[in-house]
Amino acid sequence: MAASSKQRWAALAGGVTVLALALTGCSGGGSTANGDEKTITWLVDNAENTVAAAEKVAEDFTAANPGIKVEVETRPQGGDGDNIVKTRLSTGDMADVFNYNTGSLLQQINPEQNLQPITNESYLSNVTDSFKPVVTSGSEVYGVPFSTGMAGAVLYNKKVYEKLGLSVPKTWDEFMDNSRKIKDAGIAPIIQSYQTTWTSQLFVLGDFANVVTADPDFPADYTANKAKFATNAAAVKGFEHLEEAAKAGLFNEDFASTTYQQAQDMLINGEGAQYPILSFALNNIKVTYPDKLNDLGLFPLPGDDASKNKLTVWMPGGTYIPKSSKNMEEAKKLQAFIASKAGCDAQTAAVGAAGPYLVKDCELPSDVPDAVKDMLPYFEDAAKNSPALEFLSPVKGPALEQITVEVGSGIRSAKDGAALYDEDVKKQAKQLNLPGWN
Amino acid sequence: MTLNTAPTATAVRQVPQAAQPKRRKGKSAYPYWFYLPAAVIYTALFLVPTVVSFFFSLTRWNLNEFTFIGLDNFVQFFQEPALIRGLTNTFIYGIVTSVLKVVLGMLLAVLLTSQIIARGYLRSVMFFPVLLSSIGVGIVFTALMDPRNGMINEGLAAIGIQGPAWLTDPAWALLSVALVDVWKGVGLATVIYIAGIVSIPQEYFEAAKMDGASSFKSFFNITLPLARPATATVIILSLIGGLRSFDLIWAMTKGGPGFTSDVIASVIYKQYQAGFYGLSTAGNVVLFLIVTAIVLPLSMFLNRKEVEQ
Repeated sequence: MAASSKQRWAALAGGVTVLALALTGCSGGGSTANGDEKTITWLVDNAENTVAAAEKVAEDFTAANPGIKVEVETRPQGGDGDNIVKTRLSTGDMADVFNYNTGSLLQQINPEQNLQPITNESYLSNVTDSFKPVVTSGSEVYGVPFSTGMAGAVLYNKKVYEKLGLSVPKTWDEFMDNSRKIKDAGIAPIIQSYQTTWTSQLFVLGDFANVVTADPDFPADYTANKAKFATNAAAVKGFEHLEEAAKAGLFNEDFASTTYQQAQDMLINGEGAQYPILSFALNNIKVTYPDKLNDLGLFPLPGDDASKNKLTVWMPGGTYIPKSSKNMEEAKKLQAFIASKAGCDAQTAAVGAAGPYLVKDCELPSDVPDAVKDMLPYFEDAAKNSPALEFLSPVKGPALEQITVEVGSGIRSAKDGAALYDEDVKKQAKQLNLPGWN
Repeated sequence: MTLNTAPTATAVRQVPQAAQPKRRKGKSAYPYWFYLPAAVIYTALFLVPTVVSFFFSLTRWNLNEFTFIGLDNFVQFFQEPALIRGLTNTFIYGIVTSVLKVVLGMLLAVLLTSQIIARGYLRSVMFFPVLLSSIGVGIVFTALMDPRNGMINEGLAAIGIQGPAWLTDPAWALLSVALVDVWKGVGLATVIYIAGIVSIPQEYFEAAKMDGASSFKSFFNITLPLARPATATVIILSLIGGLRSFDLIWAMTKGGPGFTSDVIASVIYKQYQAGFYGLSTAGNVVLFLIVTAIVLPLSMFLNRKEVEQ
């Protein structure tokens, strides 16, 4: 009897484990395809502009390719959305086509393992050469550009500049001079919006073209763990400029609780004069203030030398196909459509253009905003721009936005902040197993 | 399912066993199979993940593969610049919220067990915030606590007080979230105290009254000591809740401004969000050990005192 009781416990334990493992395991999802009309799915982030552009592209694509319907799915933006992409890729449950970041962040989703290479597809020849490196991993190319290139720069209110008789600054000192004059006129010179934390990073990220001008080897040395923000005289300037502007009291009074949206309102209404931000803010402003859009201009974050005034540019996100797609042919057709003039035109029709396209033959509409026109000369001349650091090095720490909030709020010094960021990126480098970091 | 026959078989065998008094000791009246559903769920959702997470805390992993790296994650985790801040904040948060919940919960419970009008209604109102979603509460209070346009500071301005920048002043951010947590959680503490106070036999109060005890005296000499089991429950629940608090902090400040209101859970979440899965698993193991190390002895201490009475 005693033995049987023991056996029963053993059987119970065994049964529990088996059932538990069965419960823990995941089951894959199925995809639907019916008859002669095929439906493919396309996962994009849920930003208003992205969804509008994607739906218009999908509509025009179906018109050009009868029999293939595209269903646009959405996911959250930012880190949560990235996690959804990673999870769906690794469970083989990804949509047939999806949008995701380019540059260093692309490495996080293991392109070799998860994505369909398109190096030999004919439509890749439509994509500009400057874009290809940011969707390349190893020797293969994986994506086509969706949306337009942008800049990390200063948007400024031209009416305020005109009223005070200011001219666009070419150096940091001119920028500070302008800002002091604006302050004397009772207008907030520099808008910061730390309630939306990512916006705090622009002084550092947008300054990168100046860093690479002063030290062209910085990206390579940085990736190899040889150069640091805190110790490189050019790189630390972004942090120092942020600190200097904060100490001079040039920010809007309630910068700590201002949101990205409120910051745009302030800029458009002339309560603030200059806002260092990514130029895609123009997309949003176009929706909320269509008639005031051309009050805004754009200039690069200035460095020390007026003759080397360069713009830091961001490549658009990419559209990729997962290896798990069961509708490979149709998915490639959609990719080809996005990388064509018709694809650009569909996006322009839906949301306008906030920067140049990275697809050959694509034209910007004649009513393109003034701030975008300010950007074009820099984009056209390769010597006058540099991609942001995240496109040149996979080393990017997650805590930069908190650090820049602290530096900008006077909680931490610039030097300290730069050193803390150097610590922060170690984790990313180790996670990616980069040589020289372990 | 083959399981269907099993319970009957076991149940049948149980009968002769029951006839033997010696064997009966320690035997449950129910066959073991009855435990199975609960055991499966518990194993799948708690035991397996716990054991597996101990293993994965020793690796650097992503969703496809892992490399064993020994204790590197723990070394890295303890070098995390925000960690000391996070640990201190976690303790401050845990202690502030539990103390306030104990004190306010007790006072409210005394009020709500006394003979006041609309008692039932007041009890429901008091409990209402507990039912709300933390994220919703967080968003609402973020709007209320806006330094310029928020209702709280506008109200204070009306009576001539310049309110602080609740969520954006580094000195106030953590405290502000803790206060909202107390607002949201004090209802539960109150309900536990009400149950505790109601279960105290009325005779004690009557006897005390006969002896001429003031209501202060009966509170300190009868209500407070005899509601000790309730106090123990409230302290343990709110301390555990406070130590692993995350949702409200994330909804209101995301650990900001900068790192000033980071707690361990938000540090870990940010690591996870950045894709440092091994590191964040190690952080969770550390959090698990810290919570256990604090709550286990505390719970034993509080419960022992209870038995001695």
